[in-house]
Amino acid sequence: MGKVIVVTSGKGGVGKTTSSAALGAALAQNGDKVVVVDFDVGLRNLDLVMGAERRVVYDLVNVIQGEAKLTQALIRDKRLESLYLLPASQTRDKDNLTAEGVEKVVGALKTHFDWVICDSPAGIERGATLAMRHADVAIVVTNPEVSSVRDSDRIIGLLDSKTAKAEAGERIEKHLLLTRYDPARAERGDMLKVDDVLEILSIPLLGIIPESMDVLRASNIGSPVTLADERSAPAIAYFDAVRRLKGESLPVTIPGEKRGFFGKFFGRKAA
Amino acid sequence: MNLRRLFFRPQSAPAARERLQVLLAHERLSADGSDLVTKLRDEILQVIARHVQVDSEKVSVRMERGAQVSTLAVDIEIPFDAGKKAA
Repeated sequence: MGKVIVVTSGKGGVGKTTSSAALGAALAQNGDKVVVVDFDVGLRNLDLVMGAERRVVYDLVNVIQGEAKLTQALIRDKRLESLYLLPASQTRDKDNLTAEGVEKVVGALKTHFDWVICDSPAGIERGATLAMRHADVAIVVTNPEVSSVRDSDRIIGLLDSKTAKAEAGERIEKHLLLTRYDPARAERGDMLKVDDVLEILSIPLLGIIPESMDVLRASNIGSPVTLADERSAPAIAYFDAVRRLKGESLPVTIPGEKRGFFGKFFGRKAA
Repeated sequence: MNLRRLFFRPQSAPAARERLQVLLAHERLSADGSDLVTKLRDEILQVIARHVQVDSEKVSVRMERGAQVSTLAVDIEIPFDAGKKAA
């Protein structure tokens, strides 16, 4: 039985889709069988970020409404044969997602894949609550910025009350993924520091993804960043996050912490 | 290492622009939810269902939307006695 992960945040634009694609690809690069499911009905983008936008035949809503079989809607990645995508519908609205339908689809995916990654839409409405509904593990994507941290706190509350696990009296495993982290700005005191965010949200840290041009470049070419450039800083951070997700206890390094020659001279001024 | 990556990597923005142009051209045409390829897909499947009873698990549909040409591939396993059953 596979594990169901929801990648969620409350706030939009923090990196949920980028992270879903990168984590999914990183897991598949380790040989695991992975499906990434886009729950953003009406505004799908995971297909674009994963470079499969021209090959969408059927979508999640088609499957829920019985218009297509699950196997027909799954799109296999062109580069990684154990990575699949289940796209969201672009033309219908989120009311087409039913609780029973989602339960059936996620249940079926769990039996075929090692990991089912649910890419949640922004907000706290139907799409977001259905994406988290059957999760075993939640990855809360947060930017070191006040509104993102506030929304993450709200989402953590929902994870502890509205998920199937929570309703059954169990605890849902929650991890924080800090994205778009700019060490230089944090150093200058212009950005919330890692410890600040951790203290406020008090959930364990899965990883810190540095703000990077590599992320934009990867989305431009339609490739998860871990595939586009395995040796880039964000790719390494995602690979490490995946190792922690799989239970390895690997210390989290703050990007840019090892200072170079110039950093030693100019970096500490604000302190 | 970093310098090599900085100078020898091809630009990615042209790829982004081209991908978006193709995608949006298709999406704008299909504002009502059914572009030509989707319509063809649905009608072809309907016609086949009228004549033979096909196990929907044995139907594979692939589409590839391109700038000039799109492709639609419908792959159906039709059992020898399928025609008799549907009659």
